[in-house]
Amino acid sequence: MTAMQTKSPHSSDGSDYSLRDHFRIWRTMLTISLEERLVYRGDFALGTLLRFLPIVTQVFLWTAVFSAAGRSDIAGYSKNDIVAYYLLAMATRAFSSMPGLAGSIARGIRDGSIKKYLVQPVDYIGFLFAMRVAHKLVYFAVALGPFVLVLFLFRSYFPAIPDVGTIIAFAASLFMAFLIGFFLEATLGMLGFWFLEVASLLFVYMLANYLLSGHMFPLDMLDGIATGILGISLGDVVKMLPFEYTAYFPAAIWLGKISGPAMYQGLLIEAMWVIVMAAACRLAYDRGSRHWSAVGG
Amino acid sequence: MNASSRLPTVDRSLANDDVIQVSGLSKSYRVYDKPEGIAASISGLFRRKHRTVHALQNIDLSVKRGEFVALLGPNGAGKTTCLKLLSGIITPTSGEARVLGHVPWDRENAYRRRFSLVMGQRNQLWWDLPASESFKLHREIYRIDAGHFDRIRDELVDLLGVRSLLLQPVRDLSLGERMKLELVASLLHEPEVLFLDEPTLGLDVVAQHAVHGFLQHYQSARRVTVMLTTHYMKDVAALCQRVVVVMHGSILYDGSLAAFIDRYSTHKLVTLEMSNAPNPALLARWGSDVEVRGPEILVRVDRTQVASVLPELLEIPSIVDITVEDVPLEEIVASLFRSNDSGNSRTHDGAPA
Repeated sequence: MTAMQTKSPHSSDGSDYSLRDHFRIWRTMLTISLEERLVYRGDFALGTLLRFLPIVTQVFLWTAVFSAAGRSDIAGYSKNDIVAYYLLAMATRAFSSMPGLAGSIARGIRDGSIKKYLVQPVDYIGFLFAMRVAHKLVYFAVALGPFVLVLFLFRSYFPAIPDVGTIIAFAASLFMAFLIGFFLEATLGMLGFWFLEVASLLFVYMLANYLLSGHMFPLDMLDGIATGILGISLGDVVKMLPFEYTAYFPAAIWLGKISGPAMYQGLLIEAMWVIVMAAACRLAYDRGSRHWSAVGG
Repeated sequence: MNASSRLPTVDRSLANDDVIQVSGLSKSYRVYDKPEGIAASISGLFRRKHRTVHALQNIDLSVKRGEFVALLGPNGAGKTTCLKLLSGIITPTSGEARVLGHVPWDRENAYRRRFSLVMGQRNQLWWDLPASESFKLHREIYRIDAGHFDRIRDELVDLLGVRSLLLQPVRDLSLGERMKLELVASLLHEPEVLFLDEPTLGLDVVAQHAVHGFLQHYQSARRVTVMLTTHYMKDVAALCQRVVVVMHGSILYDGSLAAFIDRYSTHKLVTLEMSNAPNPALLARWGSDVEVRGPEILVRVDRTQVASVLPELLEIPSIVDITVEDVPLEEIVASLFRSNDSGNSRTHDGAPA
């Protein structure tokens, strides 16, 4: 075997891609995925706009809830707070939700098309990330107008604009919400290396995410509900999970529901979840792609 | 980084070394049937019934630089598994392999920049974009110097006659056109080893011919090492000097194509053209599988008997013409596959051409 290990011109420079090389690859992926996203502009624009419909039903729902309860305040939220919360949670989910990510990874594993990323000198997770950034950029390009319009129309529901420190914390929490959403869904998709079909798991995840992220109601409403174990409330349990950082947490920062040490602690936990999920994603990919038998052609 | 270190050049000093070395390579899969539904998904997380499939069993193989090797075998014989192992997509159950000095399943970038895997009907091109965009991405992924990239791309595109297709979205192209562009994409970084999995699958005769011509020219001009799996014996006859037959995960034959035909072709195909309606019963005494095609009648005659049978056949009245040919490669291979359907016998024969 020794004769075969003679160095060729490639082996000296093949494994050490510099940061600049990575950046160039990443930039090309980004522009190509941007171009690809823009091919189906009609579908994309429509899908983006339809996302705003649920806010209308939510406003009606909570108006009904408040009038039925006969109170101006539910768990510390006024009707205005609730509407503002919804809009902010929706804006956060625009960062953290990853439509189709896990499904497309699992599909690539199932039908074998993921193979091309295994044989090319390219990092699959980095590739997915570039794709997703492109996806979000196009999304925001289309959705920015409607977002601004909706926020303007509902401006009376919002409290005064917070101070700069809070805005920076809000921006940081949004950015990390994107990262958590990305790595969480990507990890779920990578489970396809073991299970091939992850649709059922994804359904469970979406259900859990819907309830536990704050997409359905502000999570601090759970604070008073006891689990019956060691005096821990349901809210305490939810705080340990990554989900609330993908909707509730950034919205709560903007609305001033979380501030001071609690906010910094939250940001720290969120950062920890980013690291944990990124590591989980990498581990799932490394282990999974070695476990995988590349059936399906 | 300067331009010269970016240029992948073929290292001639390795010319006589084995580029691919495989010893004792085995791959077993554990497969299961997954029931539908969410309850089954969750219970399936904990317990599953598996059975083991031995896709490859103790394979030994070595391929020299510049060889063009065909991997033949019926569906499920282990051909594609072999290519998947050598390209590092999967890891083996046991055994070793080195390609260009690298262990494929370590997936080092240093290795991945030096080979290419082309899977028929599998897209490495972006479906909704023109191929030129996908090529650009390859340029960055493989760090190909821009000027050099343009030269290589132009050369490949012209050889395959696909220059006019570069700016069309890939989804608008025919299968044959796509396959040609796939080939271009996989050769832009000038791989030293090329794995082709069913490259002509589904192509019409004209496209097949174009792909053959291209591969033949490219391989001989650049001395690339090529391993190809195929079901089309035309691919084999046109391209490969060496044939490796895989059956039930083991190598049944490894040697030159000529020696393969010599060894496994037991009959010659004799075709008689008759002036009247041919009567198959007439020929049964000389050979097997008598077949009537219009005015022609075909009979397979044992190779050792041909010399003695021919004069007798010429005695038959109403004969217009007579031809003697080798049995088509397809038939040889098919009968070999059939006859070894349960066996695990294993022979090595002949030196690589």
